[in-house]
Amino acid sequence: MTLFNHYSALFFSGFGYTILASLIALVASLILGTFFALLQLSKKRFLAMLGNAYVQFLRNVPLLIITLFFYLAVAKVIKMTGFVSGTVALSLYTSAFIAESVRAGILAIDHGQMEGALANGLSYGQAMSRVVLPQAFKVALPSLGNQLINLVKNSSILAFVGGLDLMYQGNLVAASSFDTFTSYLVVGLFYLVLTLPLSYVMQYLEEHLQESR
Amino acid sequence: MTDFINALTQDNLSYLLQGLGITVAVSLLSIIISLILGSVVGIVMFEKIPYFSSLVGTLNNIVRNLPLLLIIFFSYFALPQIGIRLPVFWSTVVAMSFFEAAMLSEIIRGGLDAIDKGQFEGARSTGLSNRQTMTHIILPQAYKKMIPPLISQLISLVKDTSLASGVVLADLTFRGQVVYAQNSHFIVPVLIFMTFCYFIVNYLLSLLAKHLDRLLA
Repeated sequence: MTLFNHYSALFFSGFGYTILASLIALVASLILGTFFALLQLSKKRFLAMLGNAYVQFLRNVPLLIITLFFYLAVAKVIKMTGFVSGTVALSLYTSAFIAESVRAGILAIDHGQMEGALANGLSYGQAMSRVVLPQAFKVALPSLGNQLINLVKNSSILAFVGGLDLMYQGNLVAASSFDTFTSYLVVGLFYLVLTLPLSYVMQYLEEHLQESR
Repeated sequence: MTDFINALTQDNLSYLLQGLGITVAVSLLSIIISLILGSVVGIVMFEKIPYFSSLVGTLNNIVRNLPLLLIIFFSYFALPQIGIRLPVFWSTVVAMSFFEAAMLSEIIRGGLDAIDKGQFEGARSTGLSNRQTMTHIILPQAYKKMIPPLISQLISLVKDTSLASGVVLADLTFRGQVVYAQNSHFIVPVLIFMTFCYFIVNYLLSLLAKHLDRLLA
């Protein structure tokens, strides 16, 4: 408890950066993920292949390597801090998983929805964005929620590149207080404050949505 | 291209491949331990033993919702404080197994839940004991349903071993960092080589998954 009082400023600042990184990465990866899901489902063979390659590649490579690539190689060309390079890597990595969830969601929607929308005079883009995608997101919600939880947990990767997040501050506190046990315990509690409520909301939604379908 | 040739000399290459060996060793040990531990925990959660199952379920939920990186750091830096001092290889195996067992147990419980209740009743009424029912009738069917999610969890296990480079486990990722520390021109070639290695291991895993799927189907 004294350790927490002593270092609370560090913990809270790390907590803030973790939330910030997660929110930015969430928005970015939802947009990118939806884009690549649509690409994967494209009728044009080349585009579908491109989407598949993107998803398969990012899903099979450790997040740490993507992060190091941005921090060490890309940051030399385009100047950016550890926080930015970590968040970019996190967004790209998560977008591959979100693309898979959204793709599965779109495939679960009956073909008739698309045909009906097209027959009513909507363009393909309108039919997709107004009719199919809203339903697909609803179907994909549980797995998107799991991705959000993973995203928050994975944001700890920022600690490797000086990203100022919770894990980074936790390491600093552990190193300066010599009380590693308590320091990491506090870090764990902070992560649980974010992830546990999310996981219970997801469980509830999963059961609730199953009933409504 | 010359950077590639300079970075991946025979010495560096064999150094990196030894790292890949450590990555594979940590992964294999963690896969075996977490499969066993995860099955036990999954069955406990499925059986709904009063109080005990919900206690295990809550603990499981807590572990699942922590970052793996934190657990790896905890097992290497914090456990010595309470007298458990492990070499880095084993502390990583312990951390990975602990975390992955929690992830796998949820998959296993889900697989068990998906088995029709009639299977239990049928097996019990033909005279099999509870344990025989579980090992000979229920688990084989459940494993079949679990294979796709299990394999994708195992793929992320292999990827996640890279996090142990943070506690200086001399795995592929750490050795890569050592190699490109010699010369900043080596960064991109070494990162590409590391990506290639992880991709191959994971690709082989997913091929194995397809093979198992066809074998069991």
